Amino acid sequence: MNDFGELIRVEGARALATLTRVLGDLQLAEDALHDAVVVALERWPVEGPPANPAAWLTVTARNKAIDRLRREARRSEKEEAAMRYVTPSEPERFDDSTIDDDVLRLVFTCCHPALAPEARVALSLRALCGLSTAEIARAFLVSEPAMAQRIVRAKHKIAAARIPYRVPADHELLERLPAVLAVVYVIFTEGHSASAGDDLVRVDLCNEAIRLAGVLSCLLPDEPEVLGLLALLLLTDARRTSRVDPDGGLVLLADQDRARWDAAQIEEGSALVERALRRSAGRPGPYALQGAIAACHANAPSFTETDWPDIVMLYGLLETVLPTSVVRLNRAVAIAEVDGPAAGLLLVDAITGLEQFQHFHSARADMLRRLDRDAEAAHAYRAALALNPSTPERRFLLRRLAALG
Amino acid sequence: MPQYAALIYGEDADWAAPQYAAQMAEYGEFGAAAAQVIQGGAALQPISTATTISVKGGKGGDLVTTDGPFAETKEVLGGFYLLEANDLDEAIKWASQIPGAWHGRIEIRPVLPMG
Repeated sequence: MNDFGELIRVEGARALATLTRVLGDLQLAEDALHDAVVVALERWPVEGPPANPAAWLTVTARNKAIDRLRREARRSEKEEAAMRYVTPSEPERFDDSTIDDDVLRLVFTCCHPALAPEARVALSLRALCGLSTAEIARAFLVSEPAMAQRIVRAKHKIAAARIPYRVPADHELLERLPAVLAVVYVIFTEGHSASAGDDLVRVDLCNEAIRLAGVLSCLLPDEPEVLGLLALLLLTDARRTSRVDPDGGLVLLADQDRARWDAAQIEEGSALVERALRRSAGRPGPYALQGAIAACHANAPSFTETDWPDIVMLYGLLETVLPTSVVRLNRAVAIAEVDGPAAGLLLVDAITGLEQFQHFHSARADMLRRLDRDAEAAHAYRAALALNPSTPERRFLLRRLAALG
Repeated sequence: MPQYAALIYGEDADWAAPQYAAQMAEYGEFGAAAAQVIQGGAALQPISTATTISVKGGKGGDLVTTDGPFAETKEVLGGFYLLEANDLDEAIKWASQIPGAWHGRIEIRPVLPMG
C-alpha cells in the first residue's frame, strides 16, 4: 500500500476534481473516490498502476457512484435525479486536459471568498492535496473532530448555497485570484514558520503549498502573481535546512550556512521571478515583489554582501501595493542594514498595531541591542517571549536575552 | 431555479420619507434592471413599528409580545428581495447591484427548497 499511497493521494486529488463536476457534489465525489481507491489498492499492486491513474480512478469512481446511486435511488427521488448527471449518453473521456480544467474549477470553489478563510485552507488541503482530516488537524494543531466539523460545514455551505464549480471569467479572475493565492501562502507559512509547537518547519505543509503553487502555475501560466508566488515559496523553502540548528534553535539569516541552501531550487525560483516581473507590465504585484526580495537574499553570497539598497527599494514598491504594518516592519529591518539600526528603529517605533506580533518585538530588540541600549533590548526580547513563540524561536530569544547580561 | 434571499441591512429608515426619495429611485432602477431574476421582495417599515413575539413552552403555550426588534443593532433589516440565480456567484452579482450594498450591506441566504 505504501508504494501506492502517495500516487493515489496525488492522482486521487486530480480525480476528485473531475468527479465533483460530473457528480455535482463534493461529498458524493469523495465517497465514490474512496470506493475506487479500495479497488486500486487491490489491483495496482498485482497488475501495476494504470497508464493514467487519475483517469482510471475517475472512471472507476464514477461507476462506483452509479452503483451507489442505484442502490439508494429507491429511497430517494432526489438521488434518482442525480443519476441523470452520472450516466451520460456517450461516455466522456477523462484525459489530462479535462482533468486539469476540473482541478482549476475545484481550486476556485475551495478558495471561494464566501467560505471562511480557515475553511478555505482546510478544504484545499483535503480536496486539492488529498490530505486526510487527521493530517490537516495535526498540521494546524486542532483536534480531529474540530477539523472534521470545519470541513463538513464548508462542504455543506458549498452544496446549500451552490458555490459554483467554475473558473471565473477573465474579468473576474483578478478579483478572485488573490483569495486562491492567499490560501496557498497560508499553507506554506504555517509549514515554514509554525506559529506554535515544537517544530519550526513542518515540511509536509511546505511541500503541499509548493505542489499547489506548481499546479496553479501550469494551469494559469500567464498570471504573474501565480509565478511570483511559486518563486517566493521555492526561494524561501530553499533555505529550509539552514534555518534550524542541530539543537532545534532558530538560525538567523545572517548566521545561516549558505552552502546548505538548495542551489537548484534557487535557480528555478530566480528564473520564475524574472518571468513574473516581465509579465507584470511595470506594475508587479505583492507576490512577484516578495519573490524578487527572496531572490535578492537567496542569490547573495553572504549576509554583508546582500544588495540591501535593492531590497529597500523593493520593499518600498511592496508598501505601495500592500500597505501593511508587517511590510513597513520588514522595510525598516532592511533600512537598518543600509542606514544603520538607529534609522531602522526610528521607522519601527512609528509602526502601530503590531504589539501582538512577536517579530515586531524581536526586530526592535535586535536594533536596540546593536545600539547598546541593553535594558530596552532586554525589555523588547521579553515582550517577544511573552507572545508564546514556537520552541526554536523561544530558544533563540532566550539566548539573545542571556547574552545581554 | 434556486432562489436566494437578499436581506438588506442598513440604517433604520422610513423609506416613505422625502429624504429617502433618491435611494428609492435607485431601488426603482435596480428593480427594472433585475426584473427577470426578482421573484419577490419588500421594503420594511422602520424598527419603531416592529413587534417581536414568541410562544413560550411549546406550541399552544403563552404568547409573549414585546415592542421592538428581536435584537437592538445599529444595522437593521430594511427590506429584502427574493432572487432567482443559478449559483452563489450569480446571486452575488445581482445582490451587488442592490443600492443597500453601498448604503449598508446585503446578506445572501439560499432559500430552503420546499416540496
